[in-house]
Amino acid sequence: MELVKPAIGLIFWMLVTFSILVFILTKFAWKPILAMIKEREQTIENSLNEATKARYEMSQLVAKNEELLNQAKEERNQILHNAKEAAEKVKADILVKAQKEAEEKIQMAFREIEIQKKAAIVEVKNSVGIMALEIAEKVIRKELKSNNEQVEYVNKLAKESNLN
Amino acid sequence: MNYTPKTYFKHILTAAFIAVLASFSVSAFAEETAEKAETKTEKKFDAGKLIIEHISDNHEWHILGEGENAVAIPLPVILYTAKGFDCFSSGKFHHGEETVESKYKYKLLEENNHVVILNEAGAVDEVATAGIIDISITKNVATLLFSVFCLLWAFLSVAATYKKNPNQAPKGLQSFVEPLIIFIRDEVAKPSIGAKYEKFVPYLLTVFFLILFNNLLGLIPILPGGANLSGNIAFTMVLAVITFVITTINGTKHYWHHIFAMPGVPKPVLIILTPIEILGVFLKPFVLMIRLFANMTAGHIIALSFFAMIFIFGEMSTGAGLGVSVVSVAFTVFMGLLELLVAFLQAYVFTLLSAMYFGSALEEGHH
Repeated sequence: MELVKPAIGLIFWMLVTFSILVFILTKFAWKPILAMIKEREQTIENSLNEATKARYEMSQLVAKNEELLNQAKEERNQILHNAKEAAEKVKADILVKAQKEAEEKIQMAFREIEIQKKAAIVEVKNSVGIMALEIAEKVIRKELKSNNEQVEYVNKLAKESNLN
Repeated sequence: MNYTPKTYFKHILTAAFIAVLASFSVSAFAEETAEKAETKTEKKFDAGKLIIEHISDNHEWHILGEGENAVAIPLPVILYTAKGFDCFSSGKFHHGEETVESKYKYKLLEENNHVVILNEAGAVDEVATAGIIDISITKNVATLLFSVFCLLWAFLSVAATYKKNPNQAPKGLQSFVEPLIIFIRDEVAKPSIGAKYEKFVPYLLTVFFLILFNNLLGLIPILPGGANLSGNIAFTMVLAVITFVITTINGTKHYWHHIFAMPGVPKPVLIILTPIEILGVFLKPFVLMIRLFANMTAGHIIALSFFAMIFIFGEMSTGAGLGVSVVSVAFTVFMGLLELLVAFLQAYVFTLLSAMYFGSALEEGHH
């Protein structure tokens, strides 16, 4: 029975010392220790968060760089493409222009030829006229000699002065 | 080992402490042997008495020997009587052999280690004895003071280490206690109490480490240990009562409402339920008290029983005693290991249940 009978002395000392123990430990040990542990946990957590953030930012940066690079490439391609198109256009234009010019020149040449031809024909006509007149003069002068001979002569002349 | 002036100082202190203790016991021992060495009688070995003596409190710190030849550290006896405070060394009782004359004539009863007052005729004065309030520094009180001193030293130095190297990995004693502190905070207080857990963590930590330290101290059979403080009902009672007081003070309206009028229960049932709930309020700390007391005391009883077996068989024949001693030691080692587990387990259980009671008291109405 002695075992389960709490002794007043021990209860007294237990109350006194335990209260002091709780008080001192709480004030000078548990609160600072818990605060420090919490602070350290927060520091670690913050560091980890920051690391994650930095890693994320890094990846963002890399992605951005890649994007920029891709953009630059695309732009370059665009420029090249545009340049090619422009060149193509210029080439086509030049060709068209050259063709047009050539055609114009040909036309001009044709017209020149035509003019020349007409002038030549006029000249030929004039020459033929003059020749005809000369022939006629000569015929007339011959007619005065013989009729038969005249016809023959005219034919002969005509043959001689066959146009073209 | 690195000898700095500080460690030297510590060693000197320790040596001085041991020397003081030794001088007490040696003087007591010397007196004993000088007085009655030859009146020794053959006594039958009483296992029950031995065990009860070991697990109960004592006015002196018994180390070895028995009866008048015992080597023990005398502890101060402090009595509050009708004539005021009375204080003397328990060594004056000479292990209960002699009476002490002070304001009264005191005698130490052998059967229960109580101090009683004798009247003129030499018989126990029941009236005066009933008036004694014995607040002596007994073996358990000395152990309590020792453990409080150790805990203060340990945790104040740990706190100093924390302040010295903030945000550093723990080292030394710090790395041993930190997991326990975090365990109590995160696995005991936080889930059991809830959002307002922080206010209770210091108390829970103190209880946990005090019980754990004393459980472990109880496993050591010689000097700093040997007492059965955490298996003493007064010790567990004070802790349980403090837990009860904290629970009661922090009880919310919801908590009391649940005790006196459980919501959703018909009125006639409440007549039965409410007394049970009220009983439960007191039963919880009571169970807390009994659990720790019974567990620790049982451990001590078992270990002592194994040792007592050696002497019981030894009385039959020396050979039987030797034979049994091998088995006893093996079993005691096994029990010691089991007790080591129990020491941690019981400290944890007491803390966890305290936290759960706080949690139930703080619970706000939401089901």
